Amino acid sequence: MAEELVNVTIDGAQVAVPRGTTIIEAAKQVGVLVPHYCYHPSLPSPAVCRMCLVEVEKAPKLMPACVTTVAEGQVVHVNSEPARMARQGVLEFLLINHPLDCPICDQAGECELQDYTFQEGRAGTRYSEYAKRYNPVEDFGPDILYVANRCILCTRCVRFMDDVAETPVLNVSERGDRAYIGIASEQLLDHPWAGNVVDLCPVGSLLSKDFLHKARAWDLDKTASVCPGCSQGCNTSIDTRDDVIVRLRPRPNLEVNRHFMCDHGRMDYRWLNRGDRIEAPLVYDGHRHAATDWDTALDRFGRILRDAAGSAVLLASGRMSVESLGLVRRLLEPFQVTAAVQVPLGEEAPLSGIPNLALRRERTPNADGAELVGYNRDWEAAVQAVASAAFVIVLDADLDDAAVAAIRETRAEVVVLGTVAADWIREASLVLPVTTMAEENGTYVNRDRRVQRYQQARSQPGMARPAWWVAGEVLAGPGPDADAPSTAAEAFAMLGSAYPELAGLTHGDLGFGGRVLAATAAAGQGGR
Amino acid sequence: MSLDVLSPGGHAGGHHSDDAYEPVFTGETLSRLQTLFGRYPTKQACLLPALWMVQENRGWISQQAIGEVAAVLDLTPAYVKGVVTFYTMYHTHPVGRHFIQVCTTSPCGLCGAEDTLRALLRETGCGEMGTTSADGRFTVIEVECLGACGFPTPILVDDTDFIENVTPERISEILSRYP
Amino acid sequence: MGYPHPSHEQENVVLSKYFGDAGARSLDGWVQRGGYEGLKKALGMTPEAVIEEVKASGLRGRGGAGFPTGLKWSFMPKGDGKAHYLVCNADESEPGTFKDREIMRWTPHALLEGCAIGAYAIGAETCYIYIRGEFTEPWRVMTAAVEEAYAKGALGPNAFGSGKRIDMILHRGAGAYICGEETALMNSIEGKRGNPRIKPPFPAQAGLFALPTTINNVETLAAVPQILMRGSAWYKSLCLGNPKSTGTKLISVCGHVQRPGNYEITMGTPMKALIYDMCGGMRPGRTLKAVIPGGSSVPIMNVAEVEGCVMDYEGIVAAGSMLGSGGMIVMDDTTDMVYQIWRLAKFYAHESCAQCTQCREGTAWTTRVLERILAGKGREADFQLLFDLADNMTGKTICVLSDSCAAPVVSGIQKFRGEFEAYMSGTRHPTAAGV
Repeated sequence: MAEELVNVTIDGAQVAVPRGTTIIEAAKQVGVLVPHYCYHPSLPSPAVCRMCLVEVEKAPKLMPACVTTVAEGQVVHVNSEPARMARQGVLEFLLINHPLDCPICDQAGECELQDYTFQEGRAGTRYSEYAKRYNPVEDFGPDILYVANRCILCTRCVRFMDDVAETPVLNVSERGDRAYIGIASEQLLDHPWAGNVVDLCPVGSLLSKDFLHKARAWDLDKTASVCPGCSQGCNTSIDTRDDVIVRLRPRPNLEVNRHFMCDHGRMDYRWLNRGDRIEAPLVYDGHRHAATDWDTALDRFGRILRDAAGSAVLLASGRMSVESLGLVRRLLEPFQVTAAVQVPLGEEAPLSGIPNLALRRERTPNADGAELVGYNRDWEAAVQAVASAAFVIVLDADLDDAAVAAIRETRAEVVVLGTVAADWIREASLVLPVTTMAEENGTYVNRDRRVQRYQQARSQPGMARPAWWVAGEVLAGPGPDADAPSTAAEAFAMLGSAYPELAGLTHGDLGFGGRVLAATAAAGQGGR
Repeated sequence: MSLDVLSPGGHAGGHHSDDAYEPVFTGETLSRLQTLFGRYPTKQACLLPALWMVQENRGWISQQAIGEVAAVLDLTPAYVKGVVTFYTMYHTHPVGRHFIQVCTTSPCGLCGAEDTLRALLRETGCGEMGTTSADGRFTVIEVECLGACGFPTPILVDDTDFIENVTPERISEILSRYP
Repeated sequence: MGYPHPSHEQENVVLSKYFGDAGARSLDGWVQRGGYEGLKKALGMTPEAVIEEVKASGLRGRGGAGFPTGLKWSFMPKGDGKAHYLVCNADESEPGTFKDREIMRWTPHALLEGCAIGAYAIGAETCYIYIRGEFTEPWRVMTAAVEEAYAKGALGPNAFGSGKRIDMILHRGAGAYICGEETALMNSIEGKRGNPRIKPPFPAQAGLFALPTTINNVETLAAVPQILMRGSAWYKSLCLGNPKSTGTKLISVCGHVQRPGNYEITMGTPMKALIYDMCGGMRPGRTLKAVIPGGSSVPIMNVAEVEGCVMDYEGIVAAGSMLGSGGMIVMDDTTDMVYQIWRLAKFYAHESCAQCTQCREGTAWTTRVLERILAGKGREADFQLLFDLADNMTGKTICVLSDSCAAPVVSGIQKFRGEFEAYMSGTRHPTAAGV
């Protein structure tokens, strides 16, 4: 059934929106951002900051755009004189006790108080003769500091903990202009999703200790990515400064993670900054591993494949892209193959106020993508198969003791495509440097079979290349006419022919929000 | 930025005690609270009454008491603390044996309430508002409208005794009732 | 009146007839004085007929807003199958107002009877009476009255023999002016901070515990039994001024009059009759300077405005202010208006719930500007600043607390500007604000 649409005019632009839409959301449809602080699309609206007051024709007073729903024929003025004056008034009030310490504030450059003040606030203060309210900085939890002096009491953090995390450990304490955000002394802001309050804070009042004084907002490069921390597939932004990742933040995707990500995912980026990387192809010459160029290494890889006979084992990390997993798997088409994806497990930590959003037990982003392209989750069976295999590929897997022992004992040819060196790579006849997910474009398939793209956020170290490139080059064989993929999108397109569920799908189709694959009989195994 | 960092919850009411905490809600007090549960559709609605019981019992509402109330009513300590600090009649610090609230809002102010307040501060030995007298007997504070504007100056002693028409002259007699 | 002074001949004692009469506090004592006749009559009528009778009386809310009571009751949904609540607002906390205190203190059963009629009319089984925490004596009297009513079967499963269940539950506040705002009061009963709620939804749709709720002031409910007993035509006839304002009104008079107290006047009584006849006028040798007629939240009136003013909803609006809750603060020529306006602003700054930006910051800032003027550091530009702040605090927030702070500031400057200028120019010595 079609939704009932309501026609409204906002700053002269007409738009039809579903009945029940708030003015603030309707305004977005016509490209008008109504300034606001307490409103957030993923939180209930208290309408307390009063920043979003707009003029609605025939209404006796200015209306809060965040809770006023549209009505047929309504005419709204966001930028009329009364509305602008009201906002200027709110900004003036918000600033009287504000320390104006932007030069040392992490939020500067991405601060909504700064932005709106610059946009339409008063140029000077009329509150110069009075002492400003002072409260000390408070330690709220493992990664969160509360700078009360900067707080505008929008209560987004309190509402996140009350209504989304459903763990009310924050409050508004006291009242009047003595009010501040409080916490009980015996409690900590240590909920597995607590870090979101830092993102939600429109000013520099809630700070991440991890990011404290690390970078200025304007020095950051932001890259659309997908969290590699678990099978939820939260959309993220990788923020880098001078090619170093300094923080991860959630990127809105209403279907997957709304506006949130968990602290496990948020903090899980140091491995992406590691400096001790394999930077050149290493070929074992009978005595030692020697660095070589890609032509030599690829040639050697091709020869090993041609010469091997018998069964093959593929041990892969679930952090590898669908492209890499798929093309590497295709290298082994001629063999009897046991291909497994490594799936570390942890405790599930739901964000209880949002349906189907949790830090998942499966702490790897692409186990489902791996299954799609011919891997299974039976790691132990694959490790056992190493003993009788003729050929083993390790695709950036972080081998456990049993797997290391199996590699050491096997007579098989071992080829490693890896990012960091471990002691056992001495056993490999060939070691090829590959990129991490932050250094390449690629796709992951989350637990709900949503295929999502991530983009390259930093440069690859040395000669490292995406694993799909390595596999693509080997598949195409040597020579200038070889038909190897040169981009992740081309690699992805190649998978369609081998894996019917991906047939016809392109990177372009996936966009920024991803696309859910049709359910198949084989899919939908519960309890993962 | 000043990194004068407080521990969580250190902002207000930071009276920590190592003394063993005796729960308030046992025996008769607990059954009184349980009777109240039947009068409201939610346990949360019993929060203000429960806090009154704590204050009647202990004279003030400590961090531990906040924790106990939270546990009894299936709330969190932070939530309870947010409510406690909203209502000015709840004390989050220990007070004197007798707690005197003096109305100085405009109607009483017109009729000499500030003189009455000054006299009370002097005669109780408190000296300053919110300070407990050296003998621990009194704490005097100024409060907003007590709702008896036709009887200036009203004072409220110990959350129970509402005394009308208090003038500086009457103070020593009134104080003598509160040893 | 009745307490502490005998009634004045110009009063029309209906609600205050038994003030000072301790015998009226018991159920039997109340019955002997004609009590519970109105309820008996109501229970013989349909709820709709009760609502019509109250509508016809012209009774309007006595808490401050003056909304027609019968109309408010008629907003309650019918046959919705949900529990309904009646809430009695006994949080009387508007400075200058102390009438509900006396009703509860002397005639608790008048209130219980009114609550029972109201509950019957709106289909509620439960009535919560929210009494401010500071009202210790009214609390004790009301507690005893409710206990007696339960003991005698007047409340409970077969209330007043009606076959209907009516429960009354007293709920004690704990010190927050804003809990007199109806939605803040409901939050307070629910065990929350007393933050006013956004409307809609209105209480009749989703009020206490998100169920249909009607909330009425003590004086409003106490008047209902009289209307049922004596008829709406009688009540409507109590009117000396505008026909839209009917009945009697308790006016709490305080400040610089000879006899402060609660005066029950017929709507439309001249303000001067109240001040000079009933209250005995100013103290010897003093003259009237200003009146705040409806609790501290309404504009201040000067002597000229008092002159022809009649006391009803429309009459006081015509004179530039509002009847509000009927709390009248009278100031004589000794009054320092700047100081008094500062003191009012300080009250609102203390009581702001902290939700809305304009109120949280504006009330405090206004107070500081006034404090600076008192300290002799004011300047001409402060007038514009105070007007700007007042403008930003008016009509822009969830409730009207910040509007209430702005009203006396604006009217005070408009009507007593010279006193501010005296502080600014140094012709008046600086005054320390507060103790």
